[in-house]
Parts: sequence; structure tokens; C-alpha cells
Amino acid sequence: MREFPQHNLSAASRRQFVRAVIYGGLAFAGLPAFGRASRPPLGHVVVIGAGFAGLTAAKYLRDWSGGNIAVTLVEPNSQFVSCPQSNLVLGGSKTLDDLSFSYQTARKRHGINWVKDSAIAIDVQNRQLQLSRGTLAYDKLILAPGVDFDYSHIPGMAIPVADIPHAWKAGKQTLQLRQQLESMPDGGNFVMTIPRGPYRCPPGPYERACQVAHYFKQAKPRSKVIILDANPDITSKKGLFLQSFKNQYDGLIEYHNNSEIILLDPVKKTVKTDFEQVQADVLNVIPPQLAGKIAQSAGLNNVDQRWCEVDFVTYASSAHPDIHIIGDSISAGLPKSAHMATSQAKICAAAIVDMLAGQSPNPLPVFANTCYSFVDDKQAIHVANVYRYDAQKKTMVSAEGGGVSLQASVQEGDFAQAWAQNIWTDTLN
Amino acid sequence: MLLGSNICYAIDPAIPLAASCAACHGPQGNSMGVTPTLAALNQDYFIQRMQGFKDGSVPSTVMHHHAKGLTNDEISALASYFAAQPRRTPTPLPHQTFQGAQ
Repeated sequence: MREFPQHNLSAASRRQFVRAVIYGGLAFAGLPAFGRASRPPLGHVVVIGAGFAGLTAAKYLRDWSGGNIAVTLVEPNSQFVSCPQSNLVLGGSKTLDDLSFSYQTARKRHGINWVKDSAIAIDVQNRQLQLSRGTLAYDKLILAPGVDFDYSHIPGMAIPVADIPHAWKAGKQTLQLRQQLESMPDGGNFVMTIPRGPYRCPPGPYERACQVAHYFKQAKPRSKVIILDANPDITSKKGLFLQSFKNQYDGLIEYHNNSEIILLDPVKKTVKTDFEQVQADVLNVIPPQLAGKIAQSAGLNNVDQRWCEVDFVTYASSAHPDIHIIGDSISAGLPKSAHMATSQAKICAAAIVDMLAGQSPNPLPVFANTCYSFVDDKQAIHVANVYRYDAQKKTMVSAEGGGVSLQASVQEGDFAQAWAQNIWTDTLN
Repeated sequence: MLLGSNICYAIDPAIPLAASCAACHGPQGNSMGVTPTLAALNQDYFIQRMQGFKDGSVPSTVMHHHAKGLTNDEISALASYFAAQPRRTPTPLPHQTFQGAQ
């Protein structure tokens, strides 16, 4: 039987740290907060962004290095608000309070240095991060900034408009959209536009359509959900969503594919596509997306000027090897999901521990992704896959045997709740 | 013996692989919900169930999609890992009132 010591570093690695400390073999750029005596033997990693990806990376770097790596997390928000399940706030079966969490537990339990601030710029040469208040030196930098929104190519709405929320980051806009739906008269149209992929959470818009239709079915049965999808087809769990549209929400949901916005009038709330002009009572524009701002500022968004190319063994940027990027910002044929973000974070954390310990990272990483969508307040559907690194293709490829639910069920709704509880616990505790 | 190689890693590759199961089965296999707790699960039973999901002899809703994607070595490594994890009473999540971000 193999042994898994509580302390996950091998004896050889520990000896190596000790040697490194004695001979000063490892460079540590150093935070002023660390005195010389308390220098972490393996180095200092700065993580930008405390979402699923960043927080997971920070936590596992601490745990898997046995505390031998100092980790500083930079995050401007004071609490964690979960995007998964935020569509249920629109459907009425969850509140935003159900999805809001303190960072304190993770921070204290894993000994993460916390800086409540925004990252402004990266000085790659000097391995320094500029914050809005001060600077931070790092040995390795991990960016987990999530997505940024690009309104510039939306004809007629080149900047965000206050009463047309995206609600694509859980928070104020989620509540705003729910309130708009509550205020809408029965018989009104909820119009949602979906950008061309890739975007955060591929099945999210279709789950949202089901949630809004679930609310309409109970409260406003003469109303309609109109989906204007810029993509040629439903991008995820297609058959299952079509089943729900037809069987649960017949006459409540209209799905229009290839419906790129030709002109949007934010005052009249009309959307013109190649085929029609649609009048909205509540308009939800999910904007095109790209890597988070800090990645753009450092020129790391080197794929289509949107996403960041990384090495899937270490998540090092192809533009700068000392900067690692995880989560929704990276370019991959992988869905931008919370589970994917945490799986990438763990591979990245393990690779950085290996590298700072002077060893090679595992050249063939493997991880899983399971993603649930709720089609009403109780039933859910899933897509699940194992992904493994393909050294020839230099990317993560879906292993054989992955797939989706046979049908929506209450049992999968219970699994989806358990998924949320467990991924939150894994990230936040 | 490490997964697929004799190289000595600081982190055994089975550990991040097992950690990837946490989204559904909880940290170190201690589940907070209706999904089974894998911590301290008998190794042979783990392998038997996973092989059953893989060949279809054990019916499943989700797990066949994962079991079929894993090699026999990976299933054995996961079995060893989870068998070695203690069962823990999960700490409650740090729920908070929404404070108005974003």
C-alpha cells in the first residue's frame, strides 16, 4: 500500500529545502512583512484573485508545501459570492445570502497573507506587482482574474448601461435582474443575448432561461423568455436543455440561434438581429468576454487578444514563464467552469511546489470536471469528463467515457446541491 | 510507486488527481452532502465499485463518466489515497449576508 503522509512533501524535498536554506540557494524576493528569520524556505507566491481558481491555488500551495511557501492573495472584494447557483436567485429558489461567504476561514486556517487591494500592473523584469496601494515582490505569480467584459463590439451599446445588467458575475446585478423580473408585467418579454463562445460557464445562459421560465410559469405565465444566441447552436447539454424547453416550458421559451446583435437600442430596449427586431421588457445582455484586466495589462492575452495561452503542465503563461494563469482567463478547449478552475488551480499549485522544490512537475496531469445545471428549483442535469494532458497536442483532452445525463432528475438536483456544498467547502474552508 | 513514472516528485501526482474529486466528494473525500464520503473507504471496495462503473455492471448516474476516463493504475492510486484519509466531521461553511459587491 502506498503511503500518503499528512505532510505531502517527500523527505527528499524537505532535505532539499533545508540545504537550500543553509546555503541560501533559493532566492526570495521578500515581502517587507517577513523578517529575515521567518523567510519561507521555498519562496513567495502572489496570487491575484480570490475566486474559485485563485483561492484554491493559495490554499493548496500552503498545504502541499507544508507551509514552506509563503502565499499572498490580492483581492479587492471583501467576500466571496458564488456564480454557481446564482441563476437560482433569478428563479427564486435561492437568495444571494445563500451564496455569500467570508474569506476569513480559508485565510486563517491556511495561513494566507491577505491584501485587500487591486492589482494594477506587473513589473515582469523585477518580479514586482503594483497594487493600487503599494507593491509586492514575488518569486512566482499566479493570475486568476476571471473574465472581463467587452462591450466595445456591441452595436448600439458600446459601454455598459445601468438598467441592462449582465448578471454574469454574481452580485448586485443578479439582484437587479431578479427585481426587474419581479417588476415586469405579465405578458412581457425577457430577452437574453448570448455572445459567441468562449465565455464563462457555457451552459449558464440556458440554465438562466430555464430559471426565468420557472419563475414565469408560477408568477407570470403569459410572459416569454427569448434567447438570442450568437452561436450556431446551444453550446452545452443541448439535448437536455431542449427537453426542458419543450417539456417543462413549452410556449415560455423561444430559442433563436445565429442571432448576433446587429443593433441594440438601450433606451427602447430593442434588439435587431439578421432575422427580426425583438422588443424586450427586461433585457439581459451577456457581453463578449476576455481575460481579466491584469492579464491584459501585462499583454498575456495572446490568443485572439482575448485569452491567455498557458502550458497545461504548469499553467505558466507562454508569454512569461514566471507568471502562471488559471481559471476563466486561459485559452483552452475546456469549459470555463468552477470545477475546471479548481482542478487547474490544484495542478498549478502542485507544479509550483515541485518547481520551487527543485523538482520536475508531473508531465502528464489528469483532472476531472463535473458541471451541473438546474432546469427548475429541484431538478438538475450534468456534464462530466476526465481530462488528461496530451503531450503531442500540448493540451488537455477529454478522456473517453465522458458525457451528460440521460434526463433531468431530482436525484441530480440533490447531487448538484452536494456539489455546491463540497466545492464551496473545498475552496473556502 | 508513483503514477506512470519512477521520477520523484515533491507532490505525488495522485494527490492533485484525488483533489480533483473534491468538488463532488469534499476535501480529502469528506462529503458535505448526499454524494458519498470516500475518506477511509476500503481500498478493494473502492476499486470494485469503480471498475463496475467503468464496465457498466454497476449502474450510476454520473460516476461512469469519470470511471471510464481513468486508467486502472489511477483507480488503484485513488483507492489507496482515499483509504488513507481520516473521516472528519465537516466544518460548517462561513456563510455571510451579501454585502453588495459588484
